[in-house]
Amino acid sequence: MPGGLSDRPALVDVRGATAVLGRRTIWSHADATVTAGEFVAILGPNGVGKSTLLKVILGLVPLAAGTVRLLGRPPGQANHEIGYLPQRRSFDASLRVRGLDVVRLGLDGDRWGLPVRGRRSRAVTERVGELVELVGASDYAHRPIGQLSGGEQQRLLIAQALARRPKLLMLDEPLDSLDLPNQAAIAALISRIARTENVSVMIVAHDVNPILTYLDRVIYLGQGGAVSGTPAEVITSETLTALYGTPIEVLSTSDGRLVVVGQPEAPARHTDRHGGSA
Amino acid sequence: MFSHPFMQHAFLAGTAVALAAGLVGYFLVLRAQVFTADALSHVAFTGALAALAAGLDARIGLFAVTIFVALGMGALGRRGRPDDVVIGGVFAWILGLGVFFLTLYTTTRSGSGNGSASVTVLFGSILGLSGSRAVVTAVIALVIGAVLLAIARPLLFASLDENVAAARGVPVRLLGFGFLVLVAGTAAESTQVVGALLILGLLAAPAGAAIRMTTRPLWALGLSAAIAVASVWIGLAAGYAIPKVPPSFAILAVAALTYLVTIAVGQLRHRRHVERRETDPANPQQPRIAALASSTALDEG
Ligand SMILES: Nc1ncnc2c1ncn2[C@@H]1O[C@H](COP(=O)(O)OP(=O)(O)O)[C@@H](O)[C@H]1O
Ligand SMILES: [Mg+2]
Repeated sequence: MPGGLSDRPALVDVRGATAVLGRRTIWSHADATVTAGEFVAILGPNGVGKSTLLKVILGLVPLAAGTVRLLGRPPGQANHEIGYLPQRRSFDASLRVRGLDVVRLGLDGDRWGLPVRGRRSRAVTERVGELVELVGASDYAHRPIGQLSGGEQQRLLIAQALARRPKLLMLDEPLDSLDLPNQAAIAALISRIARTENVSVMIVAHDVNPILTYLDRVIYLGQGGAVSGTPAEVITSETLTALYGTPIEVLSTSDGRLVVVGQPEAPARHTDRHGGSA
Repeated sequence: MFSHPFMQHAFLAGTAVALAAGLVGYFLVLRAQVFTADALSHVAFTGALAALAAGLDARIGLFAVTIFVALGMGALGRRGRPDDVVIGGVFAWILGLGVFFLTLYTTTRSGSGNGSASVTVLFGSILGLSGSRAVVTAVIALVIGAVLLAIARPLLFASLDENVAAARGVPVRLLGFGFLVLVAGTAAESTQVVGALLILGLLAAPAGAAIRMTTRPLWALGLSAAIAVASVWIGLAAGYAIPKVPPSFAILAVAALTYLVTIAVGQLRHRRHVERRETDPANPQQPRIAALASSTALDEG
């Protein structure tokens, strides 16, 4: 852990954790922390258990060993203060529900009964307008969400996650299935929101490059544990070779992009993914 | 028309059942569970005949069996959501059982051996409701409607976005089961109004029309209920005015017609929009072929 940050309260504190799905141990002995104000990426090849880590922290998947604290409380007890965006959600093209209504679910989707006209309802409508503006979706938020592009849907879903002013955003591959300009735009948007809204970010990615310039810290996940540190410390041939127990090479291109070569399983899968995104 | 008690009973029960069907139908369409409701309507048929074969009141079998099977289907599916295989299996098996009970009933219970009970179950008997039966039917339907409105927002959240809803503490699985019970109750109720075979029309058509008319979920919910109620009123009036027309047919004809009109209006509006773009002085050269191509592309979307 880099010094200076360690005296701040930990929003996420995972220690010696093991996750088991079915009968398979996904990962074990994993440590991960996120402190207030940080922008942290969870990296690793496909299938290593990055999504599972987020679900464990949220209490959606039980922990087999170790401890997890979210905002100082056991998993599942502080979720109302978290903005969570699960992996790969796109709405059916035939879904005729406005983007505004999807954002609104983040505010009052868990309330029973019908909304009553009044001050509370006006405040909700106002907040929805604010959120839509914050993510730059004002031009299309009134349209059925099924008819919007992947990037437009993603902006609205980020707005939904921000609805109740969470302390922490947990984003699971939000850049997945977007084209490169949209990846850059959404990454910049998340970073800007993190600063202006004073929210910490824990973002899962299979490619670090679109978010590299915004990152405070990365957590690289492997089956036998996790390595944490600045991108320059962690994304190196030595560290990743030690983590995966197989020779891995990190190359740096002239424009500052990092290319990880020899990572178990990873690159073959994201190329064929773009086909399904339209 | 309202001087006849049987018409008063029909309007009372029909209005309440339509209200419940319209509300439940919106979520059936949204959750792509219309087929589930179809299977449950066949369960309703079987349940009623099983009760008759056992010498019990048809309504007891109707509700008990339909709700029981709905819960069973939910348990077999993920997060209280039966999949196609579960539905298909239940569908065929239950319908077969229904035929079995029908044979049992016609050979043992009704001395004359006629199948009029099954005709009533299949096609509805809204004009044959007694006063007390109409009141009970209306009360049950109103309870279903009230419960649905009470869970409307969490159910919407769980329907559109079950993972986020679950992370937010919405009881997604419980809502799935609860909704299935409401669907089962509505299917059992509607059996008395339009019959087991035709329930789907009252559940799907008004909701389909409402969804085409507005993109606001709560408005669509209300509109769906309103269209269903209007279908029942117009259908009953038509059935009264034209003696040859059975009311269940008239009710479903109105609902289906409304749906067709919303599709036609949508297409017309879309075509006019394309034409306006064609004659737009800003791009006078836009070829017709391109406009047609874009119109089909949008239709698919
Ligand atoms: N319910 C489950 N039962 C058993 N294995 C599962 C289950 N869900 C996911 N897995 C497996 O767990 C591993 C980690 O999944 P995931 O956390 O989604 O990985 P990542 O997000 O890093 O791509 C994968 O190999 C996946 O096949
Ligand atoms: Mg994942």
